Amino acid sequence: MENHAAAEPHVHVVPLRLLLGVGALLIVLTGVTVGVTYVDLGRLNVVVALAIAVVKATFVALYFMHLRWDRPLNAVVFLTALGCVVLFVLLAILDTGQYHTDRIPDHAPAVHR
Amino acid sequence: MSHAPDHPAHLAHHYETPRQQFEAGKLGMWLFLVTEVLLFGGLFCWYAVYRANQPEVFLAGHRYLDKSLGGLNTIVLIVSSVTMALAVRAAQLGNRRALLGFLAATFLFACCFLGVKYVEYSHKIRDGLLPGRHFQPAAEKTGAGRVPVAPADAPPDAPPAPAPADPAPAGAPAPPPGAADAPRLVPSAAGPEGLAPPPTREVAAEAGRKSVHLFFGIYFVMTGLHGLHVIAGMIVIAWLFFRARRGAFSPSYWLPVDLGGLYWHLVDVIWIFLFPLLYLIH
Repeated sequence: MENHAAAEPHVHVVPLRLLLGVGALLIVLTGVTVGVTYVDLGRLNVVVALAIAVVKATFVALYFMHLRWDRPLNAVVFLTALGCVVLFVLLAILDTGQYHTDRIPDHAPAVHR
Repeated sequence: MSHAPDHPAHLAHHYETPRQQFEAGKLGMWLFLVTEVLLFGGLFCWYAVYRANQPEVFLAGHRYLDKSLGGLNTIVLIVSSVTMALAVRAAQLGNRRALLGFLAATFLFACCFLGVKYVEYSHKIRDGLLPGRHFQPAAEKTGAGRVPVAPADAPPDAPPAPAPADPAPAGAPAPPPGAADAPRLVPSAAGPEGLAPPPTREVAAEAGRKSVHLFFGIYFVMTGLHGLHVIAGMIVIAWLFFRARRGAFSPSYWLPVDLGGLYWHLVDVIWIFLFPLLYLIH
């Protein structure tokens, strides 16, 4: 305990303007994700919607959840879990793509391309 | 066991230093958030498989949801995340009045979120838009076009309608531009007498309407579990509020506020993904 500076937790106070700015950006991106629904991008629509969601989530994690200034270990732990979920979902979709079960009677399966 | 002179009251005795307690608490919270991510990850996987298999069901299902209510709730949750981050900031700066104000504001925004959710759920329950065999859309009872499609002529338990006489004439003209937001459908299976016709947009839309109870199963489980997390977050925020009112936090001890904030932001992040996946299907 001789080194008192090292004993105190590292404090980083996020500037007020940064918090408000990130909040405003998140609301703008919410508007964008609603607006882009009305544009026909084919199968890219869901990709764009998810990309905007990832950007929003990144801002929340970096600034609201302090990950930008935290010890890197916390980010590593979180990203590992996210990576596992992404792998899990992607492998499941890959597998689903191998089966085109006949779901609409008398028609070929409706495959979303 | 006796506390050292500089061992503050908020430092649990099994920690050497406040910093050690802080970092252990943070890491523990992040590990808990990991379990939450994996819990919802399983549900997102369920969603992905069903949507890949039956895009028409999701296209039909999202039409029952109110985009503006969903968007409103997204903004309410984002603003509540801002007030929570401001609460953490006030705690770090030792501003107790601001801390209490921002915690109360976050709680009120959470109440708003649940209020909107209540409106949405009660519409669905009234319209019979429930999962599985409880799905009994009563279009005639709802009046005023609450249900955008009229499935009254095709109750969910009815036997499948006979195939249309002319499902997909060869060389059919391009579908009308009005159907532009239907899923793009391609044939992918050969039947015993050659290639089975691909479903037209109308046939796919009808099939989607008939199976739309699958969408509501996913909708209620995912938004319901998220709603339970909102309620849990509100309990945490209320607890933080009462502790803050007793003066438990100071610039040298605000870890619980920070950890409650982390949980609340994760609830926000999950909704950021749920909103486009359930309400904004193209």
